[in-house]
Amino acid sequence: MAGRLLTRGMIAGVAAAFVAFLFARIFGESQINLAIAFESAKNLAAGEPPEPELASRTVQASFGLLTAAVMYGAAYGGIFATVFAFAYGRIGRFSPRALSALLAVAAFVVFVLVPDLKYPPNPPAVGMPETINLRTESYFGMILLSICAAAAAFMTGRPLIRRLGQWNGTLAAMGVFIALIAAAQAGMPDMNEVPTDFPATVLWRFREAALGMQIVLWATIGLLFGPLAAPILNEQADRTGSAMEKM
Amino acid sequence: MSQSLSSSSHSGGIAAPVAIPIRALVPWAVFTVVLSLLLLYFVGAEQGATSLISGHAVHEYVHDGRHLLGFPCH
Repeated sequence: MAGRLLTRGMIAGVAAAFVAFLFARIFGESQINLAIAFESAKNLAAGEPPEPELASRTVQASFGLLTAAVMYGAAYGGIFATVFAFAYGRIGRFSPRALSALLAVAAFVVFVLVPDLKYPPNPPAVGMPETINLRTESYFGMILLSICAAAAAFMTGRPLIRRLGQWNGTLAAMGVFIALIAAAQAGMPDMNEVPTDFPATVLWRFREAALGMQIVLWATIGLLFGPLAAPILNEQADRTGSAMEKM
Repeated sequence: MSQSLSSSSHSGGIAAPVAIPIRALVPWAVFTVVLSLLLLYFVGAEQGATSLISGHAVHEYVHDGRHLLGFPCH
């Protein structure tokens, strides 16, 4: 039962990855190509030899991108279903579809939006190879801090809702989350590695595409997982219900 | 509790959500999270800051995805 639920989460994630891939392919790849053109032109001007190609641009932009999206979708689909399985029947009285949609919004904010606000996605040609360790640690650290802040806000939310009521208590818990994130982001190191002559429009369009890809991914997971999970959960509820009737 | 459960599920209305017991969830949850973190590691960080497999093949293959999904690259 739990296993089937988590498998369906991964299936929803993989399906969402295909839709996100299409979006990224149309809106993201054009910006990546512009960024790579900028990088090559710069290398040429500096008299540096072009970087050797281990995977051709065609492969990177098709199967490579699809593979990355599918792995990412399967991973977050599984994590999403795990959170859902713990939350269902414990937080409010939401139907599977409503809870799935609601949790997808929360997951998008916690896993993607908050870390990206501090460390936005960067196209090729942005970022110095020497700082990759610091940037990787900071980025994953920010995701971890975001999860911790969400957990803390959730735990303060329960007593707050009891005291202030559903609406005001939920708003107060969100306020706690925002305050914790503001403090964490102020404390984390700043990164500014955009070359001064890098085209601002390409940077903006690339980040739009990256965020758009995530919105497509999470919207699809949130809308797809509910209907996939409902039959399993109702089956379980029926069994529990009839078992109780016999008693 | 049992009354509301059986009546709602039999009348075909919205069934009251029944939580999955924690003990049934934990082993699956651990398995899924470990598998997911492994997948995320290979998409997001392998042959970047750290490297289990030598060379750049993995990095280059998922290159565009890594950039667009927001992971630090190069």
